Amino acid sequence: MNILLQATTAVQPGLGAIGAGLAAIGAGIGVGLIGKGAVEAIARQPEATNDIRGNMILAAALVEGVALLAAVAGLLAVL
Amino acid sequence: MVAKRLKPLLVAAFSLGILIFSNISLAQGDHGHGAASGHKEEEKLNPSEIILDHVADGHEFHFGKITIPLPIILYSPERGFTAFMSSAFHHGTEAHNGYRLVTREYIEEHKLNEGQEKPLFEANKIYAVDASGKPDASISVLDLSMTRNVVQMLISVILLIVIMTRIAKKYESGVGVKTAPTGFQSAVEPIITFVRDEVAKPNLGHSYGKYMPLLLTIFFFILINNLIGLIPGAANVTGNIAFTAVLALVAFIVIMFSSNKHYWAHIFWPPVPLGVKFIMIPVEIMGIFTKPFALMIRLFANMISGHIIILSFICLIFIFGAMNTYLGYGTSPFFLALTVFIYLLECLVAFIQAYIFANLTAIFIGQAFEGGHEHEDVPGHEDPVVI
Repeated sequence: MNILLQATTAVQPGLGAIGAGLAAIGAGIGVGLIGKGAVEAIARQPEATNDIRGNMILAAALVEGVALLAAVAGLLAVL
Repeated sequence: MVAKRLKPLLVAAFSLGILIFSNISLAQGDHGHGAASGHKEEEKLNPSEIILDHVADGHEFHFGKITIPLPIILYSPERGFTAFMSSAFHHGTEAHNGYRLVTREYIEEHKLNEGQEKPLFEANKIYAVDASGKPDASISVLDLSMTRNVVQMLISVILLIVIMTRIAKKYESGVGVKTAPTGFQSAVEPIITFVRDEVAKPNLGHSYGKYMPLLLTIFFFILINNLIGLIPGAANVTGNIAFTAVLALVAFIVIMFSSNKHYWAHIFWPPVPLGVKFIMIPVEIMGIFTKPFALMIRLFANMISGHIIILSFICLIFIFGAMNTYLGYGTSPFFLALTVFIYLLECLVAFIQAYIFANLTAIFIGQAFEGGHEHEDVPGHEDPVVI
């Protein structure tokens, strides 16, 4: 039991790093999907570019917020 | 003809030259700072300590070897108020006036946390010392000093007040009202119009005027602190969770004060099918608090991660340099180019995060006092369909 506890504290920073990496995957997929939707919408209707760009940035920031929440959690595991 | 084709090549060679030569001064600066922090034995590179030191709050400003000390104001219930400049601590090597800045090396050297279940002494905190010079963790010390973050916040407040009152006076005196705006007006007016038309009006409807001062303050204060934080040597104010927590608290209080009974009715009795209702009620109640919480975390995490990335890339140069000096010099142009790219991205993120915070605050305030549509959807009031 003691060894298990020692092992978990030793491996904790590594797990934190893996968690942060998973958060990066989530952010990448999320923002990528937003970008895909935005670019396709602009291709369909170029005159709406400004509106689409504003909404894209808003949605991207929200997704990044969640991903960074996970990154902060990973950072807390490392520190 | 030849000169035309030569120009892009010259630009590329010039920028490469600037990159290569600019790295030498940076290397001196950081290396000098590392030596100046008072290591007696051979200095082992500790990147996480360097990064956290730059990102956290501190009692002085330092740019390479230049240090600007800041006042330290301490209050202890036993000893009362004490105030002195942080240079008296000499980077934590000396105690002063009954207090000592306990650094990590001091804790390790004197084994202050030996044999404790929970570490009694934290690094980089000020503790009271007794007559023999030994730190005493039982005497509570309240650190009310003017730290880096406080000074930078004050600077940005003064900057904002000066700029905005000047612009307002200019408008009052008639310049830019019926004529084109001039000077600072032409820089700030589009931003204010943007906040009014894209952030306030769509989300707040007719009562946007009440909330314009709040939204403008949030936007400009976050923006100016983000931008000043990007200057090398400045403090990381928006990447401090206490700062963003207060901003989120302000947003939360404004949302609470602008809520109407439809808002609370929807939280405690949402208009959804019965089975979902009992899941939605706790979710909605939690939602009251998670929305400002997410505001806080979003701004904090974005800003601090940006700073950490920039610092990590610079530290990578020194990590490589510690392995082999020539490897350090060789990889530095590449890492510097990467750092410049991330730096430009951070400048963009500064604007985006300020916009997002203001926009989401406006959205939440708007959600708090909208409502009452469902009662207006009476049959017979539908929009006529024009075929």
